[in-house]
Amino acid sequence: MKAAPFEYSRPATVDEACALLAADANARVIAGGQTLVPMMAMRLARPTRLVDIARIADLSYIKDDGDGVAIGAATRQCLAERSALVKAKLPLLARAIPWIGHTATRARGTVGGSIANGDPAAELPLIAVTLAATLSYRADGATEEMPADEFYIGPTITNLPAGGILTAVRFPVWSGKVGTGFHEVNARSSDFAFVSAAVQLALAEDGSCERIAIGIGAVTDFPVRLASAEEALTGTKLDETAVRDALHAALADLEPMEDLHASAEYRRRTALVLGARAIADAKANAQGNA
Amino acid sequence: MRIKLNVNGKEHEVDVEPRTTLLDCLRDVLNLKGAHAGCEHGVCGACTVLYDGVAVRSCLIFAPQAEGSAITTIEGVTPAPGELSPVQDAFCETHGLQCGYCTPAMVLAAHSLLAGNPEPTREEIVEAISGNICRCTGYAQIVEAIALAAERMRGVNRPTEL
Repeated sequence: MKAAPFEYSRPATVDEACALLAADANARVIAGGQTLVPMMAMRLARPTRLVDIARIADLSYIKDDGDGVAIGAATRQCLAERSALVKAKLPLLARAIPWIGHTATRARGTVGGSIANGDPAAELPLIAVTLAATLSYRADGATEEMPADEFYIGPTITNLPAGGILTAVRFPVWSGKVGTGFHEVNARSSDFAFVSAAVQLALAEDGSCERIAIGIGAVTDFPVRLASAEEALTGTKLDETAVRDALHAALADLEPMEDLHASAEYRRRTALVLGARAIADAKANAQGNA
Repeated sequence: MRIKLNVNGKEHEVDVEPRTTLLDCLRDVLNLKGAHAGCEHGVCGACTVLYDGVAVRSCLIFAPQAEGSAITTIEGVTPAPGELSPVQDAFCETHGLQCGYCTPAMVLAAHSLLAGNPEPTREEIVEAISGNICRCTGYAQIVEAIALAAERMRGVNRPTEL
């Protein structure tokens, strides 16, 4: 349980960090290290150089820009957890953060680190995809943007260019009667999810669903939105049968992962149950109950 | 590489390989054996230390990453040699430990909790130690210890004045 040898650098700017990554194909970015360090301890990862971006001040912030909230990539998860701005404007993110690891790992783990790592079972990539967040990254001396749903291409595989560094994630803020729901099944509280479901919706004056985003995590190689279910449920009163039918149809198209912990069929069934619970919670939440 | 570490209020300059975890640096270089090595990959919580006052896992931090921050180990929480912190005292009183392997980490997790939340609910206490595994106690007395320490640190169990 000791990492293989590596060189350590702590650059002062993002561009310096990019240059260090460009110079060594086996260099890796470290910010919180709460995933990378265990991988290195188990020798599943053997980077030749760690580029520590945790102390680059420009990468740690939570900013309100009107119709969105931008979070710097190296912002510690515990800061987002305690942020009044996140609580007020990004209720789904606020609801999901306590599910990430433990207090001690959230004290070190970063928002951008989890998103860039792209573990299929991780909460932050799921919320980024569900809320259609925009990811900013620095590569080849330029800052580029990418929608979260185009970022993931496989389990822990992303479209981030080699030598690029994720710099920020911007979550759009919803207005109106917004409600959220989040459910997860795992072996022990705070362990990796076998299935997770995140829902944010907005109710119209007459109580019907004006807008809904449904995200499912840990079922496929990367988190997905159930677009067909969203479409089917928009404009409805979200009654139980309609919700189950819409989720059932949308989940039929997925090819769930299978492993020792959960079969593909278990994941599909559980996604339906958790999705329905998250929608029910979100609806009650938007109506002002819980 | 040579790095400077602030541990328990004292500045140290140490020469370590970058791959040395903060845990190994504390134990093997600075001879502070109170942070325990359990799983060494962030699962058991036995290596918990305070990093700028907040509980973290020292096995998930490479020593060079800790430069510029204040590290507190169990050796640094006592008010004076031979004394106990209110949390340690409460652990003794409620039998909050048996083999002791998880204890320094539990005590530090409690210190971290109580620094930000002097009046935690039972649920908040359970949440605060949920990342720390104990195979002896069944946790009940640990939770009791932290609740007792919180009470004492708030000064609410002083004898009533006559």
